[in-house]
Amino acid sequence: MIDPAAIRRQFPFLKRIVDGKPVVYLDNAATVQKPQAVLERMRRFYEEQNANVNRGMHPLAEEATIAYEEARKTVADFVGAKHPSEIIFTRNATESINLVARSFGETLKKGDTVALSLLEHHSNIIPWLQLKERKGIAIEWIGLEQDGRVDIESLRNILEKKKTKLVSVTGLSNVLGIRTPLEKIIALAHAAGAKVLVDAAQLIAHASIDVQTLDIDFLAFSGHKLYGPTGVGVLYGKRELLESMPAFLGGGDMLESVDQNGFIPAELPRKFEAGTPSIADAIGLAAAIEWTTLVCVDAIHTHTKNLLAYARKKLSTVKNISILGATSGNDLLGCISFITNGIHPHDLTEILGRKGICLRAGHHCTQILHKHLGITASARLSVGAYNTEEEIDRCIAAIEETILFFRKS
Amino acid sequence: MDLYAENILDHFRHPRGTEPLQKPTVVHHEINASCGDELTVSVKIENKKITGFSWSGTGCAISQAAMSLLSEELTGMNLEQLEAMKPDHVKELLGVPVGTRRIKCALLGLHAVKNALRKHAGQEPQSWMETVGVEN
Ligand SMILES: Cc1ncc(COP(=O)(O)O)c(C=O)c1O
Repeated sequence: MIDPAAIRRQFPFLKRIVDGKPVVYLDNAATVQKPQAVLERMRRFYEEQNANVNRGMHPLAEEATIAYEEARKTVADFVGAKHPSEIIFTRNATESINLVARSFGETLKKGDTVALSLLEHHSNIIPWLQLKERKGIAIEWIGLEQDGRVDIESLRNILEKKKTKLVSVTGLSNVLGIRTPLEKIIALAHAAGAKVLVDAAQLIAHASIDVQTLDIDFLAFSGHKLYGPTGVGVLYGKRELLESMPAFLGGGDMLESVDQNGFIPAELPRKFEAGTPSIADAIGLAAAIEWTTLVCVDAIHTHTKNLLAYARKKLSTVKNISILGATSGNDLLGCISFITNGIHPHDLTEILGRKGICLRAGHHCTQILHKHLGITASARLSVGAYNTEEEIDRCIAAIEETILFFRKS
Repeated sequence: MDLYAENILDHFRHPRGTEPLQKPTVVHHEINASCGDELTVSVKIENKKITGFSWSGTGCAISQAAMSLLSEELTGMNLEQLEAMKPDHVKELLGVPVGTRRIKCALLGLHAVKNALRKHAGQEPQSWMETVGVEN
């Protein structure tokens, strides 16, 4: 169990007052607030250790390099990677997926298939549509059950055609808050000779992921949804896979040697980290991971899961609201989305926002999923370690009030 | 809740100008992809004048109310007048402060009507930057 009051004291942002009351931040699927420990660590880096990495012989450059490489190790341990060099620092989950599409993707041929689910975020769709334009690969869509869960039969049918080279799926829907059955998906994909990329942008904050146990080939996530700073993301890839892939961005640091005719790429992980990386952000991400460990990662996961179940129960009693997707199950985490009869989600969240209650509205970068659901927009409530039942109560009371306000003629 | 003044909610709940138009000269559809607001406008044009207007749509209160308010003054207007209409005019019609967050909602109707005229004239549609008044 975590002590919400003790957690909350560590988040300076939660002191913000809107409309005379403390802010209620329930937009954690978009980005999460940062604990003091992360802010302090980054400040200390800039104030005391700032230097570029992998170059320069002065002691400060060495200190920065050590801190940056320690951060890589922290991330590697956190996801259960075998080697730190399997962790590539990128800008965000989006860049991590693009890296795979641009590098691993280059090894695909016309007619090869990449399978995506209808749940995917645009970040895990557009890079593959771009690859389709570039290389003439095919994209197959894994369908959903009525309740939004992944239809495994549909994946089976796709894999049976024996053309799939990669299955790229989210670990947790950023709209329906439904986990995907990764064990099953990975087993089926591997049996059919396909690799698997897991977009863990949402899952990373709500469940433990062990890339070796799950036998994940690529894992992508962003630091900013894991209590860390913006500006840093992670790509995990199995070493032999990353080694076999061509370099992505070219520039300083990613090469072993260069002459007028060509270059030899650097070893992992530098091969995929061209130019000066987001050093302070990577160190900040490591501080965030250490913070979650200190609080207790499992306790955070239990807390957000219970809180979401509480929100679901409360929301389902509100008149004129329809919750999207599955209504019960052990696989519901992170967020819940809904539509409100007679009020556009933007109007709802605008009014809530004026009361300091932050929810997101729109298609949440999932136009394909929204079209599949037959809607254009929804409102989303998403939880973090510092949220409380009182906050959910305040939010739901405000939603009810807004519905009344809008519906009275 | 100043953005949701009674007058705006009234236009949202009871939109004006939605009677279907017989034989429109041009029909044009615009969406605000980022939020899913949609408007379809039908315009009847005779002698460089708007002689009939009708619209339908779905979306947030601001986008729908702004279209409803605008529709009340289009019929009888010269094309030149409409071409010259500035975003500030729609803001005045709404009569409430519209922040940058909602400016595209507020101006979707104007965007749709202006692009209906462009379509009628066989021209390229204008960009959002033009509609919002940042570029021309
Ligand atoms: C499932 C999923 N994938 C990818 C992303 C992209 O994350 P980022 O914008 O940090 O790259 C998000 C962020 O909203 C997401 O929810």
